Amino acid sequence: MNTPAPNPAKIIRPPSQWDKSLDRGFIWLTRFFALAIAGILLWIAVQVTIQAAPAIQSSGLGFIFESTWDPVKDQYGVLPQIYGTMVSALIALILAVPIGVGTALLLSENFLPLPIRTVMVFLVELLAAIPSVVYGLWGIFVLIPILKEVGGWLHSQLGWIPFFNTPLAGPGMLPAGVVLAIMILPIITAISRDSLISLPPELRQASLGLGATRWETIFQVLIPAAISGIVGAVMLALGRAMGETMAVTMLIGNANNINISILAPANTIASLLASQFAEASGLQISSLMYAALILFLLTLLVNVLAELIVQKVKRI
Amino acid sequence: MPESIPETANSTLTSGNLHRSLSPRTLFNEVMTALAFLCGALALIPLLAVLSYVAIQGFSSLNFSVFTELPPPPMSQGGGFGNAIAGTLIMVGIAAAIAVPVGVLAAIYLTEFSDPHTVRWIRFATNVLSGVPSIIAGVFAYGIVVLTFVGLKWGSYSPIAGGVALAVLMLPIIVRTTDESLQLVPSEMRQAAVGLGATKFQTVWGVVLPAALPAIVTGTTLAVARASGETAPLIFTALFSPFWPQIWPPQQFIAPTASLAVLVYNFAIVPFKNQQQLAWAASLILVLMVLLTSIISRWAIRQRS
Repeated sequence: MNTPAPNPAKIIRPPSQWDKSLDRGFIWLTRFFALAIAGILLWIAVQVTIQAAPAIQSSGLGFIFESTWDPVKDQYGVLPQIYGTMVSALIALILAVPIGVGTALLLSENFLPLPIRTVMVFLVELLAAIPSVVYGLWGIFVLIPILKEVGGWLHSQLGWIPFFNTPLAGPGMLPAGVVLAIMILPIITAISRDSLISLPPELRQASLGLGATRWETIFQVLIPAAISGIVGAVMLALGRAMGETMAVTMLIGNANNINISILAPANTIASLLASQFAEASGLQISSLMYAALILFLLTLLVNVLAELIVQKVKRI
Repeated sequence: MPESIPETANSTLTSGNLHRSLSPRTLFNEVMTALAFLCGALALIPLLAVLSYVAIQGFSSLNFSVFTELPPPPMSQGGGFGNAIAGTLIMVGIAAAIAVPVGVLAAIYLTEFSDPHTVRWIRFATNVLSGVPSIIAGVFAYGIVVLTFVGLKWGSYSPIAGGVALAVLMLPIIVRTTDESLQLVPSEMRQAAVGLGATKFQTVWGVVLPAALPAIVTGTTLAVARASGETAPLIFTALFSPFWPQIWPPQQFIAPTASLAVLVYNFAIVPFKNQQQLAWAASLILVLMVLLTSIISRWAIRQRS
């Protein structure tokens, strides 16, 4: 109150030339960085393609259908790794989709009091925050010993099914798939729950008012209404599972061949890169870059589709 | 009075309406509810299993020398991973120095200056970038930093390459959290600033950004915590080293550098007990870091709303 009123003429003045150019410069700077984000995606694609060029020239599209990876003879193909990427992601989805959607339903409907639900949502989010390498370490010392029992039982009881026709010696496709399932579960739960929560409450009320039970409402009204959000969640999870590296590298056994048994060691593109890149040279580096390009394009495709689906849901 | 109700009416009332447990519809309902609870339990078991195992193994091998000493050779006593902590701090610092300015300025453009069409495309690109596998970020940094240094004959693997790879992973998180927190700043504040004669730069720098600052800091902290656990982008950009990182002279700085995450990976796959114990201790530090930042940021968001 005691401060003397400042002379208004000193404060009130039109923006100087300096202010105007600062303003324009600032807007240009922010625009540059915003466009740089899209630019980085392009830059990654161009950079990896340039590095992969020698391998693309020497093996062409045959790289995708060739199943030997032999640095000694300089022969490279990634069919087993593509197979491993797909199958490990598929195992993860088979395990994580029912559990993830079930958890999303549990946390979006009023099964539990709100404070408990809030805590559970937070705990599921934490599952996504644990570093991949920690899951790998835990997988080696805890998960694999447990799965050895399960795998042994599957092999002895159901060994006639091709998927179980080898014993689980340690690392393999199954442990990798299980740990991937744990890692993608939070994505499926969080996004499915978001799309379930954003449904208009009238849908629930109308269905219950017509005499449907809670689960009839869920299966015949809520899930169909939220299905695109759930599909988007599953696609995002698929993208994550295909690109996940460390935990898979530590648990899959890094065997560059195709084995129909999910109890046998296998490999994925990401873990091929992780295990060989640091020691590679010459055409091997270029071939690894080619493999990285394939992984980049695959995950890009899946992620773009997932984003399109999720965005469409948000606009409705 | 209960006696006045006829026996038959009473039984139809209970079996027909109130007591519905035998109808197949309600039975299905009960079974599905039980299954939903089972799903919830199955989702939480891995979290508890990982956290408890890491806590038990980690605390039992955690001591003061772990923070100050160098990694031990196999089959010896003691040792630590002080160099890996230093390396992680250096690389996350480089990553934040790149990703925070770029991300915050990009987010300012999205909320303050852009048109809806461009915004949609850039938000889309941000989301796609956050789905790029972390190993691809490593391959990218290898291409643009490691190979450049090799070409310039400055060396090869370096914490700079590791920092660039981590920055690519941090960037989308920072853009998204800043974008969200800027959108929450009431538009009246912007209108008031413009009404007082402020330029766009003054409005953003003096009014909008300070209002959103706590949320931006929270988002950045989360991004830093996530980045410090990333391993895949570092294994062929920064590699690993059993020595302390050298900051000066610069040509010594461009050298393989240890990090906590790569230490966990390297020591998890060796058969030596002492190194495995260090891997558990390092995992505990990584997990505690993300755990604490997640809880604190959750608490901070709760405080604000």
